[in-house]
Amino acid sequence: MNQRVAQLRTKSLAKKVTLSHERAELVTQFYKTRVSPDQSVPVQRALCLAHLLTHKQIFIDDNELIVGERGPFPKAVPTYPEVCLHSLEDLEILDSRPRVAYGVSLETKQVYAQTIIPFWKGKTIREKIFSAMETSWKDAFSAGIFTEFQEQRSPGHTAGGDLIYTNGFGDLKARIQAAVDRLDFFEDPRALDRQEVLNSLDIAADALIAFANRHADALEELAENEAVPKRKQELKDLAKICRKVPEHRPDTFHEALQYYWFLHVGVITELNPWDAYNPGRLDQNLYPFYKQDIAAGRLTREKARELLCCFWIKFHNHPAPPKVGVTAKESNTYVDFCLINLGGVTEDNKDGVNDLTYLILDVIEEMRLLQPSTMVQVSKKNPDRFVRRALKIIATGFGQPSVFNTDAIVQEMLLQGKSVEDARKAGASGCVEAGAFGREAYILTGYFNLPKILEITLNNGWDPRTQKQIGPRTGDPLGFDTYDRLFEAYVCQVAHFVAIKMRGSNIIEQINARYMPVPLLSLVTEDCIQKGKDYNQGGARYNTSYIQGVGMGTITDCLSAIKYTVYEQKSLSMETLLAALATNFEQEDRVLHTLVAAPKYGNDDDDADGVLQDVFSAYHKAVTGKPNARGGVYRINLLPTTCHVYFGEITGALPDGRKSGIPFSEGISPVQGADHCGPTAVLKSAAKIDHLKTGGTLLNQKFLPQFLETDQGITALVHLIRSYFKMDGHHIQFNVVDGKTLRKAQENPEQYRDLIVRVAGYSDYFVDLTSALQEEIILRTAHDPF
Amino acid sequence: MLSMADIRSHVFKIQRYSLHDGPGIRTTLFFQGCPLACAWCHNPESQAMGLGASARETVPAIEALVETLVREIEKDLIFYDDSNGGVTFSGGEPLSCPELLFPLLDACRERQIHTCLDTSGFAPFKILKPAATKADLVLFDIKILAPLDHQAATGKPVGLVLENLKQLSRLGVDLKLRFPLVPTMTDTRENITGIIEFLTRETLYRDIHILPFHNTGAGKYERLNMKNKATHIRPPTKEQVEAVRQRFEASGFKTKIGG
Repeated sequence: MNQRVAQLRTKSLAKKVTLSHERAELVTQFYKTRVSPDQSVPVQRALCLAHLLTHKQIFIDDNELIVGERGPFPKAVPTYPEVCLHSLEDLEILDSRPRVAYGVSLETKQVYAQTIIPFWKGKTIREKIFSAMETSWKDAFSAGIFTEFQEQRSPGHTAGGDLIYTNGFGDLKARIQAAVDRLDFFEDPRALDRQEVLNSLDIAADALIAFANRHADALEELAENEAVPKRKQELKDLAKICRKVPEHRPDTFHEALQYYWFLHVGVITELNPWDAYNPGRLDQNLYPFYKQDIAAGRLTREKARELLCCFWIKFHNHPAPPKVGVTAKESNTYVDFCLINLGGVTEDNKDGVNDLTYLILDVIEEMRLLQPSTMVQVSKKNPDRFVRRALKIIATGFGQPSVFNTDAIVQEMLLQGKSVEDARKAGASGCVEAGAFGREAYILTGYFNLPKILEITLNNGWDPRTQKQIGPRTGDPLGFDTYDRLFEAYVCQVAHFVAIKMRGSNIIEQINARYMPVPLLSLVTEDCIQKGKDYNQGGARYNTSYIQGVGMGTITDCLSAIKYTVYEQKSLSMETLLAALATNFEQEDRVLHTLVAAPKYGNDDDDADGVLQDVFSAYHKAVTGKPNARGGVYRINLLPTTCHVYFGEITGALPDGRKSGIPFSEGISPVQGADHCGPTAVLKSAAKIDHLKTGGTLLNQKFLPQFLETDQGITALVHLIRSYFKMDGHHIQFNVVDGKTLRKAQENPEQYRDLIVRVAGYSDYFVDLTSALQEEIILRTAHDPF
Repeated sequence: MLSMADIRSHVFKIQRYSLHDGPGIRTTLFFQGCPLACAWCHNPESQAMGLGASARETVPAIEALVETLVREIEKDLIFYDDSNGGVTFSGGEPLSCPELLFPLLDACRERQIHTCLDTSGFAPFKILKPAATKADLVLFDIKILAPLDHQAATGKPVGLVLENLKQLSRLGVDLKLRFPLVPTMTDTRENITGIIEFLTRETLYRDIHILPFHNTGAGKYERLNMKNKATHIRPPTKEQVEAVRQRFEASGFKTKIGG
C-alpha cells in the first residue's frame, strides 16, 4: 500500500472507539422544536434526517480520497435514542466494559442526563415494543427461547443494488414526481398515505444532496488554504465530485465510490438498521466504471487500488452502534456486518469474475481489516483460479473472505418466487443471509434457541431457570414409550414458541411501519417509489422476515443420544437420564460415558444426520410461509453470530453430555470436537440439510495452517468447496489457525493483539472475544494435514 | 453389514480426506498386517499379522467385510469426482491380505473408482501382478539397496522387492516410487546412488516421491510396548531433503516431497 493508505490505515486502527452524542442531541433538538402535528410521520422522519445532515459536523481527514463520516470524526459512534435510549448505567457499562467498549466522555454523560434521557424516556421504539408484547412473549424472551433484533436497532439487513449506478437522486426525484402525478385519489383510497411517503422520499433525496454539497463547500475551503499543489488539486477534484453525486448519476470509478459512500453514511445516520448498509456486489457494480476509465486513460490500476483502499478505511471508521443487554450478547462485536460480495454470475448468467474482482481481492489481503467483511460468491461458472486466489488470502489466517455458493443462492431466490434476473443479482449480506440486493427487505427478527426447547420439553413445558411454565404441557417424558412420542412433544413445543415469536414480530413490524419509516433507505430500495410505500411498510419488491435457528449440531446430538441410549440400546432409562441432567452430571460419569457413544452429527452417519433432517423439517414447517405484516412471509436461516454462547449460558445440562452453561454448536457446524471423520464427513453431514429451503446456513471449518501451505493443500480445498457446493451447500468459511497459538494468545493477550479469527459469519480479534467464546473456538475440531 | 469393530481386525484405519497417498482427495484403507518391520515405521500397530485369520477362512465374512468397506469408500464419491481422487489401499501391507484386497479392487473397478495400491513390494509376484494390474496406480517403496542393510532395517531381504519392480516395469504398470528419507539409514550417498543406478538400468520408472521421516509414531511404540528402533533418528532438515531431491533430479527423475 502507498504512504497515503498506510497512514490512513494506521490512524483508523489506532483510533479508539468512542460514543458521540452529536446525533442524539440533534434528533432531540429536532423533535423538541421542529415537529408539528400536521406533519405525517414519514415527512417528520425525512425532515429529521435533513436536520441531521444539515447540522452535523463535516469531517474531512488529511489526504482522504473518499469523504463522509457518520460521527463528528472517525470511530465516533452515534446513538439512536428514538429507537433505544441508553441509560446512564448503560453508558457507564459501555465506557468501562473490558471488551467491545465505547469511550463515553463526561460531556456526553451530562448531555444524556440533562437533555436526551428526560426527553426520550417513554417514547422509544424499544419501550413501545416491550409494552406491546404479551406475557408469553416476555416469558419466552426472559427464558432465552429467542432474542429480538428490533429492540435496539431498526429493521434493515439490506444491501444496495445496482440502482444508484445508473440513477442520480435527481433521476429518482423525477420518478417520485411521476409517481405523485399518477396518484389517483378516486381509485386508490390509500393515495394520501402514498403521497406522504413519496414526499418523505423527496425530502430525503434533497437532504443527502445538500449533505454532499456541504462537503463540497468544505473541500473548496480546504483547497483554498492548501499549500501543497498536488493535494490542492485533489481537494478541488473531490469538491467537484461532491457537487455531482448523489444528485447526478456517476460517470467515473471515483464518483461511483463516493456516491455509494454518501448513501451509506446517509442510511446509517437516518437510523441504525441491523447490518448497517452494504454495497453488495461491489465488483459487478463498479466494473463498468473501471473498464471505461481505464480505456479512456482516466484511471490506472494503481489509482483504482488506492481509491478502493481509501473506501475500505471508511468502513473501518464505522463500528457498530453500541448494543447493550441481550443484544450485546447475541452480537457482541464492533463489526457491523457489511459484507462485500465478489464474483458470482452476471445478470445474463455469465461468469462474473473480472479484473476488478482480482484487484479487490488484492485490496482485501493488503488492508487486512475487520471491516468491511468480505466474501466470494463461487458459481460453477467461475474459474478455479478465482477460488484459489481467495483461498490464498484465507490461508493468511484472518477468516476472510468467506465462501458462498452462487448457484445455491440463485436457487434459493427462485424457490422464494423471485425473478431470475433478481436472483442472479442477489447475494449474501450480514453473516450468510441471502437476499435480492436493492430489492428486498429481508428483516432478521431474532435467534431461536432450538436446544433450549428440548430442555423445556423434557420438563413438560417448565423452564427450570426462570421457574415458570412457559410451554404447553406436552407430557411427562417418563411416559413417552417411544422416541417418536418424545419428538412429537418437541415439535409441538417448537411450534408453540414460533407462534409466540411471530405474534410479537407482527406487532413489531407494524410499530416500525407506523412510527419509524426510513425515507432514505426507501428511496434506494426498489419498488418503494412505484408502490408509494416505505421500506418498513412493505415497499420493497420482496419482503421477508427471518427467524434464525441456533444450535443445530447440539439439538441433533441431544435427540440422537436419547434415541440411541434410551429407546434403541436401552442402555439408559429416561429416569436416569433426567436425574443426571438435573444434577448437571455431577458424579454421573457412567451416564456421560453412555451418552458419548451415541451417533453424532458431523460424521456422515445417517442415524445422527437423520435426526438433523427431522429437526430441520420441523423447524422449517413451523416457520416457512406464514405471512408477515409487510405482505411477505416468514422464512428460516441457520446462523448464530455470538448467540450460541448466550443461548448456551441460559440452558441447563443437555442429553448430548453438554454441561449447563456451555456454548452450543455454532451455525450448522458440528458440536465442538464431536466430528472425528475429517472434513469430507462434516460436509456430507451438513449437506443433508436442505439448504435451498433456507435463506442461509453457516458452516465453519477449522484447519491447521500447514494444510494451506502447499499448492496441493490449496487445490484439495478448492475441490472440497466445489464438492460441497455441488451438494447445494450454501456457505463455508475457514479458520486457519493452530490451537496452540490460541492458547498462547489467551495467556499473553498483549502479544496477540493482531490475531484475527473467524467467529461465526464474521471475523474478530481473538483477544476481544469473551473467554467463553475463546474456549468455544479452541474446542472446534481442527483438521490436520495428515 | 459388519460393525467398525469387526473391520478393525483387517483394516486398522480408514482415513477420509487423505491427500498424500495418490492423486486428489482419497479415502485410504490401512490394512492390518505387514511382513516388514521397518525401523522407521510410523504405524507400528499395523505390523502384527493374523488378526483376521478367522474371518479370512470363511468366504461369507469376507463378503460382508467388502460390502461394508465399499460403503465407506462410496461415501466420498462426490469428492473423488471433483478432485480426480479415489481410494488407496495402504497398510500395513495390503498384499498380505489378497483375499480382501482383490474383491475390493474388483468392486472399485466396477464402480469406476480410481484405485491406488500403496505397497512395500514385498510379496510373491503371483499376488503382486494381478493386484498391480487391477489397480489404476501403484505406489511402490524403494528403501535400501544393500541386501544386508535392508535386512537389518526392515527384517526382510531386498531381492524380492527389486525383482518385483523390474517385472512391473516390463509389464508397463503405472507406478510411482516412494523413497522414505530416513537420516543415516536411507540417505547415504551409496544408497541413493545405488537406487538411481538400479532404477535407471532396470526400470522405466522416473517418478519418485521423497517422504521425509517424521517421528509422530513415537508415542505409539510406547503405548504398544514395542521397541522403537528409530528413537535416535531426527527428522531430516529442509536442506537435507533438498539435497536428496537434487540428486534424483540431476539424474532425470521427477520428484515430489511428500505423497
